[in-house]
Amino acid sequence: MRNRRPNPRSWSTRIVTALLGLLVAFAVHGEAAAEDRFIVVASTTSTANSGLFDHILPLFENKTGIQVRVVAVGTGQALRVARNGDADVLLVHHRPSEEAFVAEGFGVARHDVMYNDFVIVGPAADPAAVRGLTDAAAALARIAGAAAPFASRGDDSGTHKAERALWAAAGVDPGAASGSWYRETGSGMGATLNTAAAMDAYALTDRGTWLSFGNRGQLVVLVEGDRRLANPYGVILVDRARHPHVKAEDGQAFIDWLTGREGQAAIASFTIGGQRLFFPSAKSVGGS
Amino acid sequence: MTDFGDAFTTALSLVVTLDPDLAEIVGLSLRVSLGAVAVATVIGLPAGAALALFRFPGRHGAVILLNALMGLPPVVVGLIVYLLLSRAGPLGVLGLLFTPTAMVIAQVLLVAPIVAALTRQVIEDLWAEYEEQLKSLGAGPGRALGMLLWDGRFSLLTAVLAGFGRASAEVGAVMIVGGNIDHVTRVMTTAIALEVSKGDLALALGLGLILIVLSVSVNGAAFLLKEAAERSQTGGPRQVPRGEDPALP
Repeated sequence: MRNRRPNPRSWSTRIVTALLGLLVAFAVHGEAAAEDRFIVVASTTSTANSGLFDHILPLFENKTGIQVRVVAVGTGQALRVARNGDADVLLVHHRPSEEAFVAEGFGVARHDVMYNDFVIVGPAADPAAVRGLTDAAAALARIAGAAAPFASRGDDSGTHKAERALWAAAGVDPGAASGSWYRETGSGMGATLNTAAAMDAYALTDRGTWLSFGNRGQLVVLVEGDRRLANPYGVILVDRARHPHVKAEDGQAFIDWLTGREGQAAIASFTIGGQRLFFPSAKSVGGS
Repeated sequence: MTDFGDAFTTALSLVVTLDPDLAEIVGLSLRVSLGAVAVATVIGLPAGAALALFRFPGRHGAVILLNALMGLPPVVVGLIVYLLLSRAGPLGVLGLLFTPTAMVIAQVLLVAPIVAALTRQVIEDLWAEYEEQLKSLGAGPGRALGMLLWDGRFSLLTAVLAGFGRASAEVGAVMIVGGNIDHVTRVMTTAIALEVSKGDLALALGLGLILIVLSVSVNGAAFLLKEAAERSQTGGPRQVPRGEDPALP
């Protein structure tokens, strides 16, 4: 093949140059704007996956010039990240854990931010006949009674903690059925909903993730409205006394904004398909 | 399944419109993976060659260990780097967790054993072939190291590309140490994982297609470079025997 071409290098050299140029162009073009001033917020998959942060963070960043870097993991892992001092601010949804975090001296104070609610979703065919129940624990008891597939987060997240509290209220120990009808995915909310959709399983989900979720399959909302399904979010500044490198001023500025008039209005204005996903609940409205 | 068709149109429209978010993610992916491969090559080539040429007690154990390290689970490497770089860990003062640098460090740990293990095999085969010749010229293993690395450079390119494949495809390590932070540490694989968890399978698959095209581009560029270099060398004084690409493990 080489012998047929008098100048065998020209074409390949050109292609090589073109490909390398393309790669370099991508690498340079995509240079991330590295901000000097930033804080790290450890938060939950539900707030990130729903698109809330995409909606509200640019408002804060434009106003203050402080970049907010969100690490979205389960509430359990977010607490550990903050406990290790790897985040400046914690924004999660499991009140007992949050209060313990502050009581143990890792956080300065807990502030209410917003709330939404959990719903029980399941296949439209509803083999456990829970549709329309307003008693979430009774619904779980029926699911257990029917041995209908139930997809659990199984990851020690805020949603998982809420789910376990409901099982306890229902007087059912689902762990005994783990692997049969009770299936612990050990993953985030979205991954668990993907699993539930594929298996026609029931699942407990926060409404925010559900409304923004794109792969519902046969799943519909079956149970809602129980007071025990309330899902409050709290925000905490990591204590500088424990971790001296914490950016307390910028972190507090974010908390003040989030719980102030502007942040609360931004949360309220976030909708998907005309439905609000989160309801502001800060006590000290004003300031900002 | 309309997902496949949607994925194709999604990928196409993202590329055609030069979506700025996509460009940023692709750019960071390339910088992290190519950076890690560059560092791993600087470490892996001499280390692998030294392991092939020098005889020392425990060498067989070292070879077995190195070959085994090629299969390091990314999520475990990610966890180790996470614990080291965490503020509560020994290197916490550096403040590197959740930065692209942390992602490069994790990928170097994944890629260096691959480059080193494949290099060892290539150099060992070359040494077996040229040992007598080199010794008659008075070259011991020390001097042979550089010569054989140069001689085997085209075969060694495959080792480096194998490392790049590993780096650009893995999600477990960069997810843990990078945190998948938008505009800061989000790369192709973590973006795909995120879109899957949002249930936007078409977009996830579209991103996957783009990642595959990128990988083909890098490998294509490397292949053509090698071809061009081999051709320019034809007729040169030290021609590499053709068709002796050693079988890799």
